Amino acid sequence: MTIAHSRVSRRRILAGGGAAAALLAAPKAVRAQAKALKIAVLLPRSGYLAAAGQSCHRGALIAPKVLADHGHRVELLNIDFESNVDIARTQTERAIGEGAQVIVGAFESGATLAIAQVCEQRQVPFVINIAAAPQITEQGYKYLVRNFQTGGQLLTNGLKSIKDLSAATKVDFKAAAFLHANDTFGTGQRQAMDKIFPTAGMPFKLLESIAYDPKAQDLTVEVTKIRALNPDLILLISRSADAIKLVRDMVRQRFEPKAIISPGSPGLYDEEFYQALGPLADFHIYNLPWTNPKASMTQALETAFKAAHPSNRFAVDAFNVGFTFEALLIAADGFKRAGTAAGPELMKAIRATNIADHVMIGAALAFDDKGQNNNIGTAIMQNRNRTPTVVLPAEAATMAPVLPMPGWQARA
Amino acid sequence: MASLYVNVVIQGLLTGLIYGLMALGLSVIFGVVRVVNFAHGEFAVVAMYAAFILFSRLGLDPLVTMLPIAAGFFVIGYILQATLIQRFVGRPETQQFILLVGVAIIIVNVLLMQFGPDAQPVNLSYGFDSFLIGPVIVDKSRIYAAVAAVAVATVLFAFFRHTRTGTAIRACADNLTGAGVVGLDVKKLYALTFGIGLACVGAAGALMVTIADAAPSLGPAYTLLAFIIVIIGGLGSMTGALVGGVLIGVSEALAGFILVPAMKSMFSFALLILVLVLRPQGLMGRRT
Repeated sequence: MTIAHSRVSRRRILAGGGAAAALLAAPKAVRAQAKALKIAVLLPRSGYLAAAGQSCHRGALIAPKVLADHGHRVELLNIDFESNVDIARTQTERAIGEGAQVIVGAFESGATLAIAQVCEQRQVPFVINIAAAPQITEQGYKYLVRNFQTGGQLLTNGLKSIKDLSAATKVDFKAAAFLHANDTFGTGQRQAMDKIFPTAGMPFKLLESIAYDPKAQDLTVEVTKIRALNPDLILLISRSADAIKLVRDMVRQRFEPKAIISPGSPGLYDEEFYQALGPLADFHIYNLPWTNPKASMTQALETAFKAAHPSNRFAVDAFNVGFTFEALLIAADGFKRAGTAAGPELMKAIRATNIADHVMIGAALAFDDKGQNNNIGTAIMQNRNRTPTVVLPAEAATMAPVLPMPGWQARA
Repeated sequence: MASLYVNVVIQGLLTGLIYGLMALGLSVIFGVVRVVNFAHGEFAVVAMYAAFILFSRLGLDPLVTMLPIAAGFFVIGYILQATLIQRFVGRPETQQFILLVGVAIIIVNVLLMQFGPDAQPVNLSYGFDSFLIGPVIVDKSRIYAAVAAVAVATVLFAFFRHTRTGTAIRACADNLTGAGVVGLDVKKLYALTFGIGLACVGAAGALMVTIADAAPSLGPAYTLLAFIIVIIGGLGSMTGALVGGVLIGVSEALAGFILVPAMKSMFSFALLILVLVLRPQGLMGRRT
């Protein structure tokens, strides 16, 4: 047996000691880069919200590379909570148990509230990608930030957009029916509508608000009920699966409103919606935050998205991918500045976020005392040739809005 | 306004007939084999995907492919009963429950792996068309599916009433010991029954895809729906399954129209509780 003796010299000891001293003396921000931030991304990748959850997931998959190109190292734990609030709660516990230092998610407001409670108890920062229920940032949680508009903001902007659309197209509405899913988001939007509509000065009557179960097999009865009211405008808060059922039943029952407008909800721009309805998916309108195609980070995201998903029809799933990426960017940026993944310090850094170069339309990413970003801009979108298209404001529009929408039979 | 009520009742009736056909399979299996198929809804979803594949690859209408799908499901059911479920017949219900819940979980996860979680539509050429009968509007696909459901149910009733095999299966259901004494091959008849039950589910799933998109997550909901229907109609009663289906379809539709649509599912459960309190054996079931 031979024993190899390493040669210990005075020079080597000095060099090693010097390196250790330099590392200890380095700013925390430099030391933080030595390791990656472990982020759990909780999304509804199966169940009734699967289409949107998968779309957000595509954003999470490409994020580490884009973030690395911008000097951030992240390691993701991608978790499916099956569109189930209870599973969201237990999976958050599991993720934190497995070492997640930040939670990102969760697309759906009910699940988001459940995750927020766990994060608050465990002092783990929670960066919300998409979830609009107002109460999320009204309950005094210290360990969350929301980079998304509240339901009230979405609805206020949505109602304003209807006035803008009427002005641009010279088409007026006489009466509307408000149809909403009865999940946390939909119910929150109903409450916001009840509060905002009476004082919004809208030039049409709101005949009735109708709640429906987004998991229902079909929406035949709901559409028959709308037919009985005979509105010329449908205000819709939906998800993609139920939006498909709704349009399908409207066509079958030959109900032809002038417009179906979503004041800030998903559903009408998902690929699932376009695939299921073909030309009948066109001309629906929604008012939403959208990616800024001129931003350099958006362009980087689009390049990565195209490489990862070459068969996808769009440059990027603008809404879901954009917000999911930004949530990860906020977490990574906070980690870089905090220099530590310890909950309280990291949360403090995240709350102090100020990122000018980002993806979505709007001013710099920043949060108020409640953890809400109030700088998010919106655009009025209309489906044209099965593609989400900006139709207002005029300076950002690539097409003019079309109202009233062409009849179903002409398109089928 | 009256025409809208008529419209709602007709839509509910047509949907209920398809629900009824699906529940019929569950009722047949329980009535004879005395095993509750907790993977019933999941099998219906597999049939929906089979119809979806045949439509998207070969352009075949689910109303046509319903027959080969039902035949395929008969074979699957026969083999499943003969090789796996037969071992659990007569064992405690908890063991049967765990076995079939296991089968259900496997089905859902295989579907998720194979097709992903997105709903898969079958866009038929007449999928958006409807009949205008006076002021009443009824969609074509629902009428076609309901007529097909009635046809399948009629064939099944005729089989059980007018064929020797059907009579033998009924004998097994009525008196298992007696059936054995007269020399009936009970195991084979059980396998046939399970096959027939799954054939019903196969046909119902193929019809269902004409009015709803296929998605793996539908399985548990369909299982629950089938249970509600057969309990209301009477466990083991074939007529009861159809009556229960229609009752659920119409009551949900009317409740949704008159009251709040979001609460229409609640009426199925309210009806279930009412039946359990007033007539525990179900509307058409026999007291044991």
